[in-house]
Amino acid sequence: MEKFLLAFLVGGAICVLGQILLDVFRLTPAHMTVTLVVAGAILGGLGLYEPLIEFAGAGASVPICSFGNSLVNGALSEAERHGIIGVLTGIFEITSAGISSAIIFGFLASLIFKPKG
Amino acid sequence: MLQGQQSWIFANRPVLLATAVAGGPFEARSAIAADFDILHDDIWLGQSSFEKAEKKLLEEACQTSIQKAGLQKEDIQFFFSGDLMNQIISSSFAARTLGIPYFGLFGACSSSMEGLALAAFVVNAGGARYALTACSSHNGSVNKQYRYPTEYGAQLPPTAQWTVTGAGAAVVAAQGVGPRVIGATIGRVIDLGVTDPFNMGAAMAPAAVDTIIAHFRDFNLDASHYDLIATGDLGKVGHAIAADLLRRQGIVIPENIFTDCGVLIYQGQQQVMSGGSGCACSAVVTYGHFFNRMLKGELKRVLIVATGALLSPLSYQQNESIPCVAHAVALEWEGV
Repeated sequence: MEKFLLAFLVGGAICVLGQILLDVFRLTPAHMTVTLVVAGAILGGLGLYEPLIEFAGAGASVPICSFGNSLVNGALSEAERHGIIGVLTGIFEITSAGISSAIIFGFLASLIFKPKG
Repeated sequence: MLQGQQSWIFANRPVLLATAVAGGPFEARSAIAADFDILHDDIWLGQSSFEKAEKKLLEEACQTSIQKAGLQKEDIQFFFSGDLMNQIISSSFAARTLGIPYFGLFGACSSSMEGLALAAFVVNAGGARYALTACSSHNGSVNKQYRYPTEYGAQLPPTAQWTVTGAGAAVVAAQGVGPRVIGATIGRVIDLGVTDPFNMGAAMAPAAVDTIIAHFRDFNLDASHYDLIATGDLGKVGHAIAADLLRRQGIVIPENIFTDCGVLIYQGQQQVMSGGSGCACSAVVTYGHFFNRMLKGELKRVLIVATGALLSPLSYQQNESIPCVAHAVALEWEGV
């Protein structure tokens, strides 16, 4: 039960942050999303995001900042194995499943559904 | 002919011979649904894109207004039309269908009155026996171009507005029975530095106020001359700002006279944030609702101040502020 509560609180806090970026700082939805991705990447690079996931579970792994963390983690682990070129090849290492499925399912949805306006 | 600094008075009083308005499914539930000539229950109008649907709305409004005037399209000398699409494709493609010599206008949502002012000027000067003026907008096509595609699901702030899916057209004639076009005031482009494209009402309000003040000055009138003064699409937020700005200039227009097409068009359960917007907003309310009220004798003297935000998606991305313009046209119904 405690797990659920922590996930709810941490995930909710990240969403509140996003809402504040929209409402107070007047960011566009795209800018807000990118800001959260970059924040996740920085925290990941500093080694702070993984502990947050351990602490809050899905509360930290589901929001978009987790994507930034995964980008950096992939780049860092590939860099360890293959040197500097690994930074480039590793960026989409972990996230490729997410990106590919977004493209494929987006495409499939567009075949079946029509925008309602 | 020139009146004051930036206005025309039409000595021959061209006639608004016939009008027609078309709308989509959301407009079919609006407060002025009964004033539409054509309503569609499909936002696509059976077309393969929103842009094609918008062009079809415009064509329908134009063809119906010509029909209601008892004319053929060959009788119309000139067609003045504008819309919000890049390169005003809705207007130009409708002009291709109609085959009437064409002036394409871009005044964003002020295009309705820009078109009516120019059509009336040409008819008044003997440049045409009949001129057609129209404009259109479509919620789907406008959201796609200016904001986010609806299916992206972006949140909208309470200052945002709902683009009207519709088109309005009017036949202006040298002679006939109908409300008369008395005069027009052409607005300056005003930019007070608002950069938020989700608060168009606040951006456009100063332009509306500038044109209203210029109109009163040029014609030496005050608000009591009119039964109704309606701005185009300021919405609730912009309308309140406009009323406030006018008050600071010492002009108080009673609430039963001063209104806004974007506030009037939708009702109760329809979630449109601050109100309606888009080229079609002032066009359908004026050529539908106000026109009918004039014919019924409920309104005698009306001033329509159509407001337009002259931004592009690119100018906004490059952090430019939003220049705005408003054009006013005075109509008068003298009875049959």
